[in-house]
Amino acid sequence: MFAIEANGQTIEAKKGETILQSLKRAGINVPTICHMEGLLPSGTCRMCVVEVEGFGSLVPSCSHPVTEGMKIRTNTPDIMTTRKTIIDLLLSNHPDDCLYCARNGNCDLAKLAADNGVRDRSYQGERIRRPKDISSPSIIRDPDKCILCGKCVRMCDEIQGVSAIDFIARGSKAFIGTAFNQGLNVSSCINCGQCILVCPTAALSEHKYVNEVLQALADPDKMVVVQHAPAVSITIAEEFGFAPGTDFDGKMTAALRRAGFDRVFDTSFAADLTIMEEGSELVHRVQNGGVLPMFTSCSPGWVKFVEEFYPEFLPNVSTCKSPQQMMGAIIKSFFAQKEKIDPKNIVSVSLMPCTAKKFECERPELGQDFVADVDYVLTTRELAELFRITGVNPAVIEPEAPDTPFGERSSAGKLFGASGGVMEAALRSAVFLLTGEEMKDYKIQALRGMEGSKELRVKVGDLEVGAAVVSSLGQARKLIEEIKAGRKDIHFIEVMTCPGGCINGGGQPIGADKEAIKARMAALYQIDSDDQLRVSHKNEWVQRLYTEFLGKPLGHKSHELLHTHYDKREVLL
Amino acid sequence: MPTVKSVETILLDHPGAGRDHLIPILQEVQESEGYLSQESITKVGRALDMPSSKIFGVATFFNMFRFQAKGKNHVMVCRGTACHVKGSGRALDMVTKALKIQPGETTRDKVFSLEVVACMGACGLAPVVNINGQFYAKVSPMKLQRIIEECREKEQTHANA
Repeated sequence: MFAIEANGQTIEAKKGETILQSLKRAGINVPTICHMEGLLPSGTCRMCVVEVEGFGSLVPSCSHPVTEGMKIRTNTPDIMTTRKTIIDLLLSNHPDDCLYCARNGNCDLAKLAADNGVRDRSYQGERIRRPKDISSPSIIRDPDKCILCGKCVRMCDEIQGVSAIDFIARGSKAFIGTAFNQGLNVSSCINCGQCILVCPTAALSEHKYVNEVLQALADPDKMVVVQHAPAVSITIAEEFGFAPGTDFDGKMTAALRRAGFDRVFDTSFAADLTIMEEGSELVHRVQNGGVLPMFTSCSPGWVKFVEEFYPEFLPNVSTCKSPQQMMGAIIKSFFAQKEKIDPKNIVSVSLMPCTAKKFECERPELGQDFVADVDYVLTTRELAELFRITGVNPAVIEPEAPDTPFGERSSAGKLFGASGGVMEAALRSAVFLLTGEEMKDYKIQALRGMEGSKELRVKVGDLEVGAAVVSSLGQARKLIEEIKAGRKDIHFIEVMTCPGGCINGGGQPIGADKEAIKARMAALYQIDSDDQLRVSHKNEWVQRLYTEFLGKPLGHKSHELLHTHYDKREVLL
Repeated sequence: MPTVKSVETILLDHPGAGRDHLIPILQEVQESEGYLSQESITKVGRALDMPSSKIFGVATFFNMFRFQAKGKNHVMVCRGTACHVKGSGRALDMVTKALKIQPGETTRDKVFSLEVVACMGACGLAPVVNINGQFYAKVSPMKLQRIIEECREKEQTHANA
């Protein structure tokens, strides 16, 4: 620690950190665009320039290291004019259609302009019009709104290791695009939507299906059934102004009924079901010399990633459908039979923190007799939009319980929303299934928290199980490479595509920082510690589903409805 | 004509190549195949452990790389300083309109392809256009249109014969 001077006041700085980091800690705000927390600075946008005594020109604070005795100014007229000019230039060829824009209300560029006093257009720049890319079922790219900050490129490359997009061409003609400028649907994009979360404008947004759902709700001949993922109830509140980590479970259920949904189910029920199937599959693999290590298959971005980049590992991926698809399949079979309704007249909607789920539900192999398991996927953001359009305010509504039979869930199923949660839930049940005894303490601390990679060795009965948990595909790639290089001590691997898990999914409210993600995670752990039913195998309706309909885990019916297969995918890598 | 070397052979000439060898490799591929095909780019990507989006990004940064096979008549329009002053911009506009292609592209019938170059070293003849190695000096848009039409006619008689 040493002292530096900022705007006349003495502040503390640490060796090796950037000027921006020191300023931030001291509560001095410097606007940024291209800066990404936790990644190496790129210093391209120049928004964060500051004045340093003795330097001839302004210095980008995001990439310049602090040195002892440095004298910094952050708000001289010169700096303020420079920032304004940068924003002016960014706006010079930016569309003016804010009223109709997907990011109206939470646009970083608009906020930047307002915060820095840019209130009129100084320059009229030449517009290069490029077509919108609507080829992907998950993500829409609108190059006209792109300001070339490059955050999506870095997210895709440095965090996810996918690199579906990059800067194409040069100078004033530069734009962000895929290899050979083709549609996102034929690129290596795995639909995770992390690019949407970092995009400062509406150049990237999700493919919306709100209108389709509204149409289904208005159709008297259709029964509209909705399921909600574990990580949606704890983030939807943020869209209505509540602090991150506020749980709206019951309120959301009630609000969905008001919005016109006929049945409200909890995907966490299907998560419990997943544990039964996936746990049994793991035991089966271990006991019968099957392919190990086994990877989880809940995260559709990850599944597509393996199909593209590591097809040789496809036999390692659990054949279980994801909880969303299991629930979809059960709704259109067991539930339809029970209600004596033709599955074709059921519209199955799922509320997900995820954009890749939109792609997943369109996979042709996930359905029965040309009826898709799930018809529409809405993200948390779209759900908020649906509530607003239908005039339902979940904030003031009395909480209600979800519908039977798929409303009952264990808190283990709820943990699926955070990185490590699937593993924790699986181990709780595995211990019971193999030993007949419950764990003394259900909480497995080693699997919790925001780290990208977590490992644990546990004794389950006589078995010594090596468990690994990774979130973000960059971390997944690292682990796969270790396994390729000969690592053999791991048996079961949970992979979540998004850093931190579904709580930080590509469909979640935009603008969440690391603290917000932690608060969301803590909310899930709180739900778990408060709950009475904390293990999947004790979920009564899961048991009844097996006795009344499915038979047993990995049985014939299960295979037909709850399992799937994967194929190598030819895309431009 | 340069000898046609497969991408595989080119890659063999660069043992242990990393991403810093990308541009020389791409140049050799283009020299051999006339352009950078999707196939070649993916092969290079696999060898250098680079995503094709990144290679495409690098390649599109430079004017010299093209992504469509050359046509039978490869039209190079000089946009160097002298040619610019002498009105090569208008000549280029004329070609793009007449052929309905942009620089770097090839017509659907594969008869013409267009390329913009920075300077051919023939500034005294500005504006200069080069078609299949033959230089045309002091080309006005009108003159260039005639040249293009001649090429087209030649192609047709060739096809009929």
